[in-house]
Amino acid sequence: MDFEDAPQEAAYRQKARNWLAEHAPSHAAPAGGAEPEEAMMRRARLWQKAKSKAGYTGITWPADVGGQGGAPIEKLIFEQEEAQYRVFTIPFQVGMGMCLPTIIATTPPELARNFVEPALRGDEIWCQLFSEPGAGSDLAGVRTRAVRDGSDWVVNGQKVWTSYANHADYGLLLLRTDPGMPKHKGLTMFFVDMRSAGIEVRPIRSMTGHADFNEVFLTDLRIPDSQRLGEIGAGWRVALTTLMHERLAIGRDPDAPGAEELIALARSLPSGTEGGTMLQDSAVHAAIARFYINDAGLDFLRMRAQTAISAGRAPGPEASIGKLVMAKTRQDIGAYAMDLMEGGGVLDGAGGALLAAFRYHYMFSAGLRIAGGTDEVLRNIIAERVLGLPGDARSDREKPFNTLDA
Amino acid sequence: MNFDFSDEQQALRDQARKLFADGRLRARRMVETERPFDRDLWRDAIGLGCTGAAIAEDLGGVGLGPLELCVIAEEAGRTLAPIPFASSVLHASEAIKLGGGEAAATWLPQLAEGAVIGTVAFAEGAGSWDRMPEASVIDGCLTGAKQPVADPCADIAVVSARAPEDGAGFGWFVVDLRQQAVQCETLPALDAVRRHGRLHFASAPAIRLGAPGTGAAMAERLMDAAAIYTAFEQIGGAEAQLARCVAYAGTRRAFGAQIGSFQGVKHRLADMYVKIELARGHALYGAWALSTEARELKLAAAGARLSATEAFSFAAEEAIELHGGIGFTWEDDCHLYYRRARSLAMIFGNAARWSQRLVNALAAKAHGNPDKECVDGF
Repeated sequence: MDFEDAPQEAAYRQKARNWLAEHAPSHAAPAGGAEPEEAMMRRARLWQKAKSKAGYTGITWPADVGGQGGAPIEKLIFEQEEAQYRVFTIPFQVGMGMCLPTIIATTPPELARNFVEPALRGDEIWCQLFSEPGAGSDLAGVRTRAVRDGSDWVVNGQKVWTSYANHADYGLLLLRTDPGMPKHKGLTMFFVDMRSAGIEVRPIRSMTGHADFNEVFLTDLRIPDSQRLGEIGAGWRVALTTLMHERLAIGRDPDAPGAEELIALARSLPSGTEGGTMLQDSAVHAAIARFYINDAGLDFLRMRAQTAISAGRAPGPEASIGKLVMAKTRQDIGAYAMDLMEGGGVLDGAGGALLAAFRYHYMFSAGLRIAGGTDEVLRNIIAERVLGLPGDARSDREKPFNTLDA
Repeated sequence: MNFDFSDEQQALRDQARKLFADGRLRARRMVETERPFDRDLWRDAIGLGCTGAAIAEDLGGVGLGPLELCVIAEEAGRTLAPIPFASSVLHASEAIKLGGGEAAATWLPQLAEGAVIGTVAFAEGAGSWDRMPEASVIDGCLTGAKQPVADPCADIAVVSARAPEDGAGFGWFVVDLRQQAVQCETLPALDAVRRHGRLHFASAPAIRLGAPGTGAAMAERLMDAAAIYTAFEQIGGAEAQLARCVAYAGTRRAFGAQIGSFQGVKHRLADMYVKIELARGHALYGAWALSTEARELKLAAAGARLSATEAFSFAAEEAIELHGGIGFTWEDDCHLYYRRARSLAMIFGNAARWSQRLVNALAAKAHGNPDKECVDGF
């Protein structure tokens, strides 16, 4: 057992480190103060372009679509090293992580290349138009309708919770093409130019106060059949390949406060005894230990996944645990940190920067527990796909979609 | 990155799993008898090299290390194999290895070949971790009482006690239990499979283990090692209960469906799985720290201890709940795991003690002790 890179991996890491040390600092977030959104987006695009020039994008994708044809361990190593810098990559994550892998899986390489390359270069951003007001966890219940009209499809409906729809050039779009079929069988996947007539994007302000995502209204939108991905009626299967990629992204947010920050906070708070601090309280120890167990436990799961990837195996079921544990732990530790302050924690300015971070993640984690699969959906995935338990009892699976109660 | 057991260690796991395959049936037999342990299974375990696995070859052992012990511990824990493996191999032999010297030269060869069974006698009732032992050694002879002691039927015990030369501290001693001056009693205990009891010493000859006055440091080290080995036992037990629950939830029907299709059931099993996998990561980290004598050992041991205790307790408790009334019967094996889970949670220090140890280790790390490199980059 060891934590060393294999010689080839060490060489790749060193090369990536050297390159990052030279280039990443000039693309990192400016110190202190809020950065305007446009500046952040520009920073993200420039960073993506710089990485692309140096061969650090599409690391595992085949060369014939514009990727590097590298090994999964190289991608992992680069991401680990990149995470040491405060560069902004999130606007490209939906495209790199989900949309483009779906394009690559469903499109001949010479066509896929036309979309992969501009995205890798940072010129084009992708979003994922899956969820609807009436279809979240039950994604196969999407109602947005696509009706065939000659060589086009005409689309009407509404998508929601779409991150970066307001900046995106393209979107991956899951639509109902045959309401007479059972729900999973009447769906088809498309991609769409987000500047097409008939698309209206409206930002939604989340409970954090920021516009974290959008709702997207589709009215008489025309999509050529050439933008269909996979067979008509095969949309659910295509969507599952997209979502499988989503589950593998289990990075740790390096800015999120954890057990060590909670120790610092507890040490700064006086207890009832003369000269004592909250850090001497056994109940506080138990809480800190509980949060450490979860966060460090996820670190170790990632190390196990890296071991598998390094050996050329697919990461095991550990990949499905990450977000489930991480999001709830952020919420619990945030609540606990504020609780230590008692009434003093009520004001926004209380506790300085340390408590502000706990407070922010307490708010944000409420959404994180829903995004990309709710806690309940993730537990179902673990129970059914990892443990092999039977699926939920469902009354809607075999019936034509248009006969179901809304 | 190689954060897993090696292929050779996995092959050892397969052998151990075969060896302990009918452990649960054998454990069940222990419930209805007064026998100290299953002699046939113990003989087979000795034959496979379990007792000498981590003892040096020149002392008659196999010359492997802590990682191999972790693998065997997990498999023994899986079926509650009724043998004194934990007491003799994981605790007594490891303690004697730490102390070295004459005691090691005398006893390790005999422990390796399974000629003697060892145990560790530290506790003197509740609260023993916070005070000096009352057992005392005068002119090389031990007097006092120790309880609870696991596998009190052992042949030798590693005992904490105070001698004049220990000054304000205490020391460790090895005592042959097969003599008039020692009385071994088995007492009714929570664990229905592994025996616990009391040892009485009335001026029994004792060989010193380690230097005078170093008992506390050795106890700390022993506690960390025991926490990690126990974590593997706990994970094995927890996995066994999870597997049983999954099988039952796929068979048992209620309300016209397999009960495993209900989210109230399947989500709890998912939680069981999550706790086990988190504990496995901590236990692996502990195994690494133990095998490399890493300075992260304290933190790793506390993480392994707490996470594995949580995983096994949860699995053992929820397994009874999931099996319904049948799980509450004497006849069913659920309570054997339930008893083992709680018993392991208490021995070697409770959750409050280990939480404090964890926070101390974590706070020391945050205070400029640069322990972080191996976890960084994630």
